[in-house]
Amino acid sequence: MATVFKRPHALIDVPLHYCPGCTHGIVHRLIAEVIDELGIEGKTVGISPVGCTYNNYDYFNCDMVQAAHGRAPAVGTGVKRVNPDNIVFTYQGDGDLAAIGTAEIVHAATRGENITTIFVNNAIYGMTSGQMAPTTLMNQVTTTSPYGRKPEIHGFPIKVCEMLSTLDGAVFVERVSTHDIKNIMSAKKAIKKAFQVQMANKGFAIVEVLSACPTNWGLNPLEALKWIQDNMVPFYPLGNFKGKDLEV
Amino acid sequence: MGEKLLMKGNEVIAEAAIRAGCRHYFGYPITPQTEIAHYMAKKMPEVDGTFVQAESEIAAINMVYGAASAGARVLTSSSSPGISLKQEGISYIAGAELPAVVVNIVRCGPGLGGILPAQCDYFQAVKGGGHGDYKMVVLAPCSVQELYEMTVEAFNISDKYRILTMIMGDGILGQMMEAVEFKDKEDIISPDKNWATTGTQMKREHNVVTSIFINPEVLENHNHKLQEKYALITENEIKVETYNCENADIIVAAFGTVARIIKNVIKMAEKEGIKVGLIRPITLWPFPERAFQKYADVPKAFLTVELNAGQMLEDVKLAVNGKKPVHFYGRMGGMLPTQQEILDKIKDILK
Ligand SMILES: Cc1ncc(C[n+]2csc(CCOP(=O)(O)OP(=O)(O)O)c2C)c(N)n1
Ligand code: SF4
Ligand SMILES: [Mg+2]
Repeated sequence: MATVFKRPHALIDVPLHYCPGCTHGIVHRLIAEVIDELGIEGKTVGISPVGCTYNNYDYFNCDMVQAAHGRAPAVGTGVKRVNPDNIVFTYQGDGDLAAIGTAEIVHAATRGENITTIFVNNAIYGMTSGQMAPTTLMNQVTTTSPYGRKPEIHGFPIKVCEMLSTLDGAVFVERVSTHDIKNIMSAKKAIKKAFQVQMANKGFAIVEVLSACPTNWGLNPLEALKWIQDNMVPFYPLGNFKGKDLEV
Repeated sequence: MGEKLLMKGNEVIAEAAIRAGCRHYFGYPITPQTEIAHYMAKKMPEVDGTFVQAESEIAAINMVYGAASAGARVLTSSSSPGISLKQEGISYIAGAELPAVVVNIVRCGPGLGGILPAQCDYFQAVKGGGHGDYKMVVLAPCSVQELYEMTVEAFNISDKYRILTMIMGDGILGQMMEAVEFKDKEDIISPDKNWATTGTQMKREHNVVTSIFINPEVLENHNHKLQEKYALITENEIKVETYNCENADIIVAAFGTVARIIKNVIKMAEKEGIKVGLIRPITLWPFPERAFQKYADVPKAFLTVELNAGQMLEDVKLAVNGKKPVHFYGRMGGMLPTQQEILDKIKDILK
């Protein structure tokens, strides 16, 4: 009988600690499948962020470096410059990448640093219990915007893909989502391409993945997926911003 | 005997790092150490190394963290305000036990302060600066020749103990032109970095570099291990120069460029029949307590001279442990003490 479904080798066989309905686990799986398919586990080095996935070094089978909050692109730069043959990816949340680590991601991108960033946007600070993130939507209630995000008090959400795609060094920029199977399939394609871009030495690649945090959104897992579709997708349009036709 | 050249202090640091096998430099410009970056930008491409001008000192130290994780000998350099920004990374490097070298060519503060020489970052370097119970080795050279030798030494110490080593100088040392004699070949230790994240090549378990240990028992053990390492370094790596201390009327404690001024003061004092000794800590951490204990019974008093408001003073007092009075003379803001000022202070104490 042919095996149609198995755990990717690049994902260690341990239970993930994420909440029920959290889509971080799906993103991990997609990355691991891509690493397997490209046969790059032995030369891949992942950079773990600060956030709910701080210890995803316990889940990925490749070498891993845990970075300070927001600094993963700088740490990845250091790793890659020492061993350019390594495939280096950073895994970062929206607080990590779009707040405290804004300078690091913008400059890694504009330097055309030959690394891949998987940016998981769940519109909230998951780990520290649901504070407003730079990507929190207008009117969204969080523990630090209890009356909803208001422009006159909190300003506006950051659209990371739109911003980074203005930079010459960022050669592949795509936003995908995890709210249904079809979108998860597209997410995998984008992640694969973002790694292939690096393997072809083309420059900086980023995939933004819209993701659910049912726990801090106060929704059940199914409602959370629907919330991505109804609220996030209209504000954060899905699709490729750059590098769709890049030869890899 | 190797080649002898007339070189600027800052350039010697850069040259020494390359000779020590460092092929990766990450930095952000700041006076008075920028020549290190200029030199690296020019030389690194010639030796197949990398030079990255980072977007900030925070990014630079985190690039160092990454490069050290990958097993490389790596350097960053800055001056006081930039070193403050590096404290986050310094603490993570300590926690993750990575070898790396940081240069601080100290300028006067606080805040943006000024660009002239000072020693006002002593506390930051030896007492912490970043968060957590950690130490780094701090070397305080006093000549361009020492800058060379200690830069090479810094990489060896870092690799040997998986620790961050700081070379602390000041603008005088960084800008000074002096003769330096390079060895033909450096003594370089190269321990097996089997912990480095270079890719498993599918031949071993994955390596993880991290400073987070959520389980309290594990983290306490990790801290005990760090403390044992610091104790070992204290046992093995203390460096100190003692000069003219036998039968001294007074012993001066000074480090870095100030110690050079003291040597001239010693000559002036001799003419007036006063015997002045010098204890010059070369490792500021680990601090050479025993040198002070050894001579604690000799002089009438100790005098600490620094370019700050009295920082090493506290460590000297702890080492002398009340056996003799410990006086202080310091200048700040980039002002330097004259030899006469220091001699007057000595005479005043001995009166
Ligand atoms: C320097 C620093 N500041 C703050 C924190 C606390 N902190 C931990 S995780 C986090 C937010 C993470 O949010 P995000 O990046 O969106 O990741 P998520 O948990 O949502 O996946 C914060 C603020 C920290 N660890 N370090
Ligand atoms: S708090 Fe949110 S982001 Fe974190 S594991 Fe739970 S659902 Fe996922
Ligand atoms: Mg988040």
